[in-house]
Amino acid sequence: MASGSSEVEEEEQERVMLRDRPEWADVTPVPQDDGPCPVVPINYTEEFAEVMDYFRAVYLADERSPRALSLTAEAIHFNAGNYTVWHFRRLLLESLKVDLHKELEFIERIAAKNSKNYQIWHHRRRVAEKLGPDARNAELQFTKKVLSVDAKHYHAWSHRQWALQALGGWEDELDYCSELLEQDIFNNSAWNQRYFVITRSPFLGGLKAMRESEVLYTIQAIEAYPENESSWKYLRGLYKGETTSWVNDPQVSSICLKILSSKSNYLFALSTLLDLICHGYQPNQDFRDAIEALKIPDLDIQDLDIASMICSILEKIDPIRVNYWIWRKSRLPHVAQ
Amino acid sequence: MGELVTDKHVKYILSVEKRKDDFESVVMEHLRMNGAYWGLTALDLMGKLDVVDVNEVVSWVMSCQHDSGGFGGNVGHDPHILYTLSAVQVLALFDKMDLIDADKVTNYIVGLQNEDGSFSGDMWGEVDTRFSYIAICCLSIIHRLDKINVEKAVKYIISCKNMDGGFGCTPGGESHAGQIFCCVGALALTGSLDLVNKDLLGWWLCERQVKSGGLNGRPEKLPDVCYSWWVLSSLIMIDRVHWISREKLIKFILDCQDKEKGGISDRPDDAVDVFHTYFGVAGLSLLEYPGLKPIDPAYALPVDVVNRIFFKK
Ligand SMILES: [Zn+2]
Repeated sequence: MASGSSEVEEEEQERVMLRDRPEWADVTPVPQDDGPCPVVPINYTEEFAEVMDYFRAVYLADERSPRALSLTAEAIHFNAGNYTVWHFRRLLLESLKVDLHKELEFIERIAAKNSKNYQIWHHRRRVAEKLGPDARNAELQFTKKVLSVDAKHYHAWSHRQWALQALGGWEDELDYCSELLEQDIFNNSAWNQRYFVITRSPFLGGLKAMRESEVLYTIQAIEAYPENESSWKYLRGLYKGETTSWVNDPQVSSICLKILSSKSNYLFALSTLLDLICHGYQPNQDFRDAIEALKIPDLDIQDLDIASMICSILEKIDPIRVNYWIWRKSRLPHVAQ
Repeated sequence: MGELVTDKHVKYILSVEKRKDDFESVVMEHLRMNGAYWGLTALDLMGKLDVVDVNEVVSWVMSCQHDSGGFGGNVGHDPHILYTLSAVQVLALFDKMDLIDADKVTNYIVGLQNEDGSFSGDMWGEVDTRFSYIAICCLSIIHRLDKINVEKAVKYIISCKNMDGGFGCTPGGESHAGQIFCCVGALALTGSLDLVNKDLLGWWLCERQVKSGGLNGRPEKLPDVCYSWWVLSSLIMIDRVHWISREKLIKFILDCQDKEKGGISDRPDDAVDVFHTYFGVAGLSLLEYPGLKPIDPAYALPVDVVNRIFFKK
């Protein structure tokens, strides 16, 4: 059973209008009814308009035929965003007992040009759902391919999370995250996926079991690029619901101190230290020395307590969010200098 | 930077409505209802809604409604919750709420709620927190919020909350400003904002402002005018909008205008479209830019329209 894709590929070269194809001679196309008083009289490109006219005809007649399937492929080729066309295509796939692996291939070709389209991903999910665990590798491979082009592709990540949960395949996912983070340590989607894996994979034992090794991994990532919002947020996430362990873990305060002492890209180190202090952490003189050594021009912080010093510096080095830092300063707990 | 070229934007929006044969109009055909909402709301915010023929628009909107109660993206197109909200919003703009058969629309939306409290976009089942917002906003506008299971709906949204304070499209999905707007909006409309860690989320949202003054939707992504809406409205709903630089954001949006032909693009010097024109104008309205009507951050409708719906005034 053909999936209707071959027509689409040839179509680029020598497309014949449907009205000139013998196999469509018996169908009367149904033109778009623009309603009583069209506000927006739209003239679609002629070919697309014709395809849609024939589509409406087969859709209204509920014609479950191979040619109807090919027609949906042509309609999708023109516009992959039409819910009805996709829906009718699913009905046809079922009635015609089409090999769904072929359909996955068809989707892959369509997605190559329209990967940001919601309908394609929804269709893909419905088809994979029908195939069950049989589709596992195909789905992981497919999303991997999309992510190799755009590693932050929201639909692809969403589909991949669904596939892992519905079809399985968790075993290599943490390695996959590491691989992507190695390519781009700033990839927030990959960090999110990493968190998804360590908290949800049935093989890893959950957040607590993973914390030790993940903290080490993350601290290395922070050391390499301390200006990375994602790694700092991930580090905080590793102590979700356990603020006390976060405040008391010397690894967290040490990395802050280390970055501060390096005197460059220390914004997140400062803000993390501020959060720690607000949750009861008591920094020693080393922190104060490191902060004073930053020597921000035109900023006199000698007489302030350490939390106020931090806020004053952040106001200076992050001026676009100055109001946020002023607000943070205004609600500091009263700590001894 | 200069100023908002209101007259040019009005002209641009009207010209898009009349355009016939380019690619954008082909693609827009099936989501014309969304296009109508974007264009008309932008016109209303600029005080120029009177340039369109009310009866023409309203009768077209009504002809997109199905027996199920849902609206299609255009005449003869299948209903979808995306277009149903836009249709209701357009009717609200024109004070034609009395044309809506509220029970019918309610039945349609109620039927889309799933067992876990989430919503599907249509009878074929795609689930996304976007649809939770749309369902809740739509029912709220027609005064039927009590007809769904609000508690479960809220519970589902909260299950999509991440450790960074943001929200994703499904549980575990990456935080994304568009999804955050939907989740925060739905929580605001159901009086559930106490379930949000406002300081944590507010910090994530204000970190979206980049050096150029524009806002991005996720860490390390490029700024885009449409996020002026999604990030800003969320910040306003959780009362943290003063954490970002208003002046810099205004400048960024104004820099995205096509000052000759009108319209606003995603980033300076890109091609304009109605979607970004609406979000640019709506963003400026949220920033209280002079000469624009204020817009409600949760309903995404001008405040006077919202007042008319809820206070008959
Ligand atoms: Zn955009």
